Amino acid sequence: MDKVEGKAGEFNVTLIKKPRYIEEEKCTGCGACVEFCPILIQDQYNQNLSLNKAIHVYFSQAIPLVTYIDPEHCLFLRDRKCTICTGVCNKNAIDLFQKPERLEIEVGSIILAPGFEIFDPKLRNDYGYGKIQNVVTSLDYERILCSTGPYEGELRRLSDGKHPHKIAWIQCVGSRQSIPGGNSYCSSVCCAYTQKQVIVTKDHDAKAECTIFHNDVRSFGKDFERFYQRTENLPGVRFIRSYVTLGKEIPGTKNVTLRYATNEDGVKEEEFDLVVLSVGLTPPDEVKDLAEKFNIELTSQGFCKTNSVNAIETTRQGIFVSGAFQGPVDIPESIVTASGADALCSQLLAYRRGEMAIKREYPGERDVSKEEPRVGVFVCHCGANIGRVVNVPSVVKYASGLKHVVHAQEALFACATDTAKKIAETIQEKGLNRVVVAACTPRTHEPLFRDTLREGGINPYYFEMANIREHCSWVHAREKEIATRKAKDIVRMSVARAARLKPLQELNLPVDKRALVVGGGVAGMTSALSLAHQGFEVFLIEKRSELGGMARKLYSTLEGLDVQAYVNDLIRNAFQHPSVHVMTDATITTASGYVGNFATTIKTGEMIKEVRHGIAVIATGAEEYKPTEYLYGQDERVLTQIELGERIAKGEERVTHSQSVVMIQCVGCRNEERNYCSRVCCGHSIKNALKLKEINSGMDIYLLYRDMRTYGFAEDYYREAANKNVKFIRYEAEDKPRVEMVEEGGERRLKVTVTDFVLGAKLEIDADLLVLSAAVVPPATNTELSRLFKVSLNPDGFFQEAHVKLRPVDFAAEGVFLCGMAHYPKNLSEAISEAYGASGRAVTILSRDSVTASGAVSEVHEKDCVSCGICLSVCTCGAIEFHDTPQGKKAWVNPVLCEGDGLCTAKCPTGAIQLKHFTDDDLIAQIDAAVRED
Amino acid sequence: MCTGRIDPGFILRAFANGTDGVYIGGCWPGECHYPTEGNYHALSMVLLTQKMLKHIGVHPGRLMVEWVSAAEGIRFAEVMNDVVKRVKELGPIGRAEGIDENRLKLKLEAIRNLLPYIKLVEQERLGGHFHSEEEIKKFYGSEEMDRLFRELIVDPLVMSEIMMLLREKPLTVGEISAGLGLGSSEASRYLNRSSRQGWVRFDQRQKRFVSVRSQGVGTRSVERRG
Repeated sequence: MDKVEGKAGEFNVTLIKKPRYIEEEKCTGCGACVEFCPILIQDQYNQNLSLNKAIHVYFSQAIPLVTYIDPEHCLFLRDRKCTICTGVCNKNAIDLFQKPERLEIEVGSIILAPGFEIFDPKLRNDYGYGKIQNVVTSLDYERILCSTGPYEGELRRLSDGKHPHKIAWIQCVGSRQSIPGGNSYCSSVCCAYTQKQVIVTKDHDAKAECTIFHNDVRSFGKDFERFYQRTENLPGVRFIRSYVTLGKEIPGTKNVTLRYATNEDGVKEEEFDLVVLSVGLTPPDEVKDLAEKFNIELTSQGFCKTNSVNAIETTRQGIFVSGAFQGPVDIPESIVTASGADALCSQLLAYRRGEMAIKREYPGERDVSKEEPRVGVFVCHCGANIGRVVNVPSVVKYASGLKHVVHAQEALFACATDTAKKIAETIQEKGLNRVVVAACTPRTHEPLFRDTLREGGINPYYFEMANIREHCSWVHAREKEIATRKAKDIVRMSVARAARLKPLQELNLPVDKRALVVGGGVAGMTSALSLAHQGFEVFLIEKRSELGGMARKLYSTLEGLDVQAYVNDLIRNAFQHPSVHVMTDATITTASGYVGNFATTIKTGEMIKEVRHGIAVIATGAEEYKPTEYLYGQDERVLTQIELGERIAKGEERVTHSQSVVMIQCVGCRNEERNYCSRVCCGHSIKNALKLKEINSGMDIYLLYRDMRTYGFAEDYYREAANKNVKFIRYEAEDKPRVEMVEEGGERRLKVTVTDFVLGAKLEIDADLLVLSAAVVPPATNTELSRLFKVSLNPDGFFQEAHVKLRPVDFAAEGVFLCGMAHYPKNLSEAISEAYGASGRAVTILSRDSVTASGAVSEVHEKDCVSCGICLSVCTCGAIEFHDTPQGKKAWVNPVLCEGDGLCTAKCPTGAIQLKHFTDDDLIAQIDAAVRED
Repeated sequence: MCTGRIDPGFILRAFANGTDGVYIGGCWPGECHYPTEGNYHALSMVLLTQKMLKHIGVHPGRLMVEWVSAAEGIRFAEVMNDVVKRVKELGPIGRAEGIDENRLKLKLEAIRNLLPYIKLVEQERLGGHFHSEEEIKKFYGSEEMDRLFRELIVDPLVMSEIMMLLREKPLTVGEISAGLGLGSSEASRYLNRSSRQGWVRFDQRQKRFVSVRSQGVGTRSVERRG
């Protein structure tokens, strides 16, 4: 990025595109140039742990998957000495004289997503990193574990290439430090990624001994508590709560010793084969330059300074931020903020939606149903991925001899744009009416090749993919001959199936452009307003008589936001926006329909109304657990954190005049009944403790915790509280604090007893106020809602997203989205980001005129249907119903609701209901071809 | 497509083709990608099919199901290596069990003919839809299931086998009991029941039983229901 001019809605951005020295359109990524390049360089992608060439593909998932030349190492670019690569490239794709290109683009808004870098332990020589070979960072280790890493997925260590058996992880390297060179914040992701690495290590070597030296274990993410338990319960895994110092590198073995201390054993020194430093996240160096050019502000930590409630907005209008440039965040949060940034751009630019869209034109579809099958087989080398193991020419030769095959050829990269184009041409030239591509997985490439068939003028369902990469070359790398035989078997099976495939039609259904948002808390209102700002009409329904939800009980955030003022503003906006229809005291009685076309009946008082909508957002929030422990409800001095917050805000004297306050964390969660962490309570109690200290700095505050989970920037407030003499006392789940009422001299004292591990003694505290950090619990109504919208709940009763990492605000049911605490406990600004994220995702549907339903759905052959009703009873999609025919009632499939799983087909006694594209005939042909050669 | 799509017919077809082992890889319980929880149905189907395989003398271990998520590459490799090892240990189908090829095919075909009926029985008498792996395994391991299996499946299956033999040519009780590996009194019992149903009759002239209809037992049952 060279410069940016203009303002929100009309930015002019100048970009300098560095030369790649490759013409991207010509390169197929075959790798011949890489093979012949004489210059070996360290592979940055593999953390310099392995070698690469001066010309190479950056990494195996790079987009585009083409090479580039490192100008610092290329002999030609340095001294005009070598041109081997240009000689071996038969696509003439290499251009050693390429110059930087200057591009000027006009954009309405900008999203900054520069990501993060890892903390470099070399800077301070932490734990001898950089000097001692068997001390690596977690990112080094990640590459070592990876199949595309320096040891091709074998777990080896650097010094001698041996399999390390005894491995230590040291947490918080570079994070949670107030010493020079360290980052004061918590990097949020290291506890979980370390646990993942332990699990993967144990997968590699079940006998590996894994030791994690940690401070607090911060498993605050959804399902992370269970993940932590899973790791902890693996045999040979130890979690040790201790600071660690480097002992020494042992000459000879090059093993490393670490010194640590436990309450039981005192100081110990232990030897490890490999030490992994769980390094934290830092903003990349170039963000300072970036900030200057974009004229945005950074925080003192070097992250993007964002709006205190909307973490996606930068300090400049029209420029948004997503991912770890906001601060240390995990994958789901990055994706949420990416979708959220999308929504905010769309709010800004909604008036121009679709102006630049180009409609694709396909040639007319040739009717081939009367023709004999004419199968074309394309066998892909996938660069060297397949070709190195499987003898591709031999597979091609074999395929051309199979029944129905009229054309077979190889392809270096079947998916390359020009190859796909050639396949389309071949379909027309050779009159192919079925196509088999033997390459990689249909999961990633089937849509592309189906499109190729459309370009070739035949129905896209005439396509079949034979996976000879994941299912063959990748897993049989050392058995070339057998792998080639297997590839032939796979191709033969695919050809057998392809010959029987039928053309299928996809349904285009109109989209109702209105949205339904269920839940009128901050998440629901934000989502509704965002949808309205993007030009869509919204029904916002709330079961209580007023909007605001949980936030009505909150008065401030850790960062100091006046929550009440904010919520009142939001409520006013929701009521005032002409496209937002608010319904309070509303309950949903029925919900039906499908993506693009839902019909939901809503009851408000005596009124029942049906609304039609194209998408739904579930934002039903969560509640505070009402404790049954620690004398809650029996003594008015025992409060929850939310109650304390309210009383502080009201200046209640009992609170402000208290001399001794005890807070207990994890009340009602991280236990058997609720096996999750409520995520927000640690921050919540720190906030209240700081407020109390503000009122009376001499107040004694004891905070009894299990792990302080003040992740991200909240860590700074934790430190502030400790500096202000809030006393933090850790307790174990097996040895919870005891709370008693003691009568003494007519006075009723609240006595709290807790074991202090540091002092190794029982501590008794007289509390004027006992504050319980009560769990966040899902509302009981979730069950009913999950039934109505056919979306699932997780074991804890929160809504279950489609994919924990990659689709955090989508449901598996298309057209239904979720945000806020309905998903999992979270703080206000996280809920707001998710609300924008859900609205961004929802608009991907609402902005379309129609949605397409797959052609591969079930169908009933009425003649064979005996009306037994089994299919109706097993189809929980509700896609099958009986309808009346002259021959009596017969099953009928609603193709829009059918999810294409095919359970009905397997259950049907007469074979009357068939899942199209996967019919009995199709699959039997494939099964027969597995063993039989025609 | 889901593991719930797997028809027992596919498995029988594979075995009839001489495949020595069939492995089904499904999503972990509770993680079905569809609202139908087809993996539970797949497990029930496998347990029932294993019982039928065992009944006809085929080692039930030739049919395997293991849960593997798309993210568990290493586990999948381990499972597959284990599957191959198990199949190798079991040896070639039929031969390892001491059943000759034709008899094996006949027996597999007898089950296949009965599948329409078995599917109805499974739905209406064998518990229908389950919601956990434990529930399914408990039910299929129970004495109740053994009893239902004997009453509802074994008897029709034997009769289906008899019908198939008789369709080839008329046979004596002795020939039938030898052909199916049944005791002669058992064979007589089944033949009496079949002739009461009108499916077979004793031909005085040939002194042999002959088939009356060309249809299998299962198809008839469905028609009755329809």
